[in-house]
Amino acid sequence: MTGRKWSVTDIMLELRNISFEVSEEENQKEIVRDISLTVENHKFTVITGPNGSGKSTLAKLIAGIEKPTSGRIYLDGADITEKSITERAKLGIGYAFQQPVRFKGLEVIDLLRIASGRQLSAADACAYLSEVGLCARDYIRREVNASLSGGELKRIEIATILARGSRLSVFDEPEAGIDLWSFQNLIQVFERMRKRNQDGSILVISHQERILNIADEIIVVADGRVAQKGPREEILPGLLGTSAAVVRCTGKEIIPERNADAVSSDQ
Amino acid sequence: MIDTIQKRLLAEVADLHEVPEGAYNIRANGQMASRNTTANIDIVSKQDASGIDIHIKPGTKHESVHIPVVLSQSGLKEMVYNDFYIGEGADVTIVAGCGIDNCGVQDSEHDGVHRFYLEQNAKVKYVEKHYGSGDGSGKRILNPGTEVYMKENSFMEMEMVQIKGVDSTARTTTAKLEAGAKLVVRERLMTHEDQQAVSSYEVYLNGEGASADIVSRSVARDTSYQKFDSRIIGNVSCTGHTECDAIIMDDARILAIPQLEANDVDAALIHEAAIGKIAGEQIIKLMTLGLTEAEAEEQIINGFLK
Repeated sequence: MTGRKWSVTDIMLELRNISFEVSEEENQKEIVRDISLTVENHKFTVITGPNGSGKSTLAKLIAGIEKPTSGRIYLDGADITEKSITERAKLGIGYAFQQPVRFKGLEVIDLLRIASGRQLSAADACAYLSEVGLCARDYIRREVNASLSGGELKRIEIATILARGSRLSVFDEPEAGIDLWSFQNLIQVFERMRKRNQDGSILVISHQERILNIADEIIVVADGRVAQKGPREEILPGLLGTSAAVVRCTGKEIIPERNADAVSSDQ
Repeated sequence: MIDTIQKRLLAEVADLHEVPEGAYNIRANGQMASRNTTANIDIVSKQDASGIDIHIKPGTKHESVHIPVVLSQSGLKEMVYNDFYIGEGADVTIVAGCGIDNCGVQDSEHDGVHRFYLEQNAKVKYVEKHYGSGDGSGKRILNPGTEVYMKENSFMEMEMVQIKGVDSTARTTTAKLEAGAKLVVRERLMTHEDQQAVSSYEVYLNGEGASADIVSRSVARDTSYQKFDSRIIGNVSCTGHTECDAIIMDDARILAIPQLEANDVDAALIHEAAIGKIAGEQIIKLMTLGLTEAEAEEQIINGFLK
């Protein structure tokens, strides 16, 4: 634990020399190459970069869904590299899937109860759903199955993260497949989370300009490496208009699902 | 007359904690333990065989009949016939169920044949739960046979649940539907260890506009074996749907045989069958919410069988 620039209290998460390789037809392909980065307490950090840059893999490495080929991961100064997904969840890492999972039989309220880890009342569950713009009464008893649209599922996924109330909430492309829900509402969810969860940090994988606009810190990943990192004011101007990493919003409040999908096919 | 073990079994199979309201007949270890009839529902013991006749008067509304059976004596084998006569326009709930607790070394077995005669416009919700417990080496065996005869525009919904503890079961259900009659079956089954469960349906759609919807959801664990054999025969203009959706785990085996037979050009019949293991990403999602892998599996199975 020597040689760190910040004290433990400032840094929630640290990735140190993280590499991740996959085997592809006898060849090793490096998805993440020797990445070191930190996520500070109380900060809204956005990791951006072109498709295939390794952003989503980073999110999975943080949640424990993938294990790094080399390097260490620290949460609050403690090495969590060998910790399982469950252990990391219990230590305070939340993770929203880019493509949420469907469950036959499990109802929305079941998922919210599991997420919150308590016997959530219907009223509490409804509050989380309202937050993501779903009319709670219509959804609370719905099965999380194929009858839900991709957009509905995505918002329920975000609601599970709200119910979880993790110290570090990781969102992998939250804007993907948001359908008829406006971008502005998603931004508001993040802003409310930030206000409410004073001790927590939010880490979002995204290349949407509007999400980058509310970031405290921006990390640009390209070709499996950190290309730039720093406060938004420093990084964002350089990205706008010059980089394929940023998708400019057209000014339309409503993002059709197929368009949203089209800009989110990372990994 | 009802002891603690039997009380527990009654709670499992019929959600009965006290004496039920309405008509009931409780059978314990091969004997009638208690019975109640109402103005509209009569229960009479059969003279020529073991079992009861249940007569529900035409037009009876919102009444229920509970006929649970419990076995706590090891080695007991019984064969019971229960016949239900549901009068025209009646609307009732019938709760059957069998619980076996076998602490002994001998096999305990309950074979029951339930026959339902629904008159025109009669409406029945039928709930049947099976449960086994006890740590004896004797097997807990349940073989239910169900026959359903449905007159014009009658409706029957059958909910059949067997989640725990029954070592061997062979369930046979046959139904014959006249014009406009509708049958809905929801079967939920879980097998453990080396349990064997066979469930067969044969549904005849004989009258214009008759319809059947038979859905089975099951989970097979350990080295258990399940066979789901569902056959719908459409003899007229009618609609039929049968679906088997199964989760397979460990070293279990499942055989699904959905069959459709159309003997009329307007018989619209559909079958679906899917067998698969729990999707890895489902487990991962629940693990990111703080559950262990085993807890995640349990939640997925509970939801699936709910």
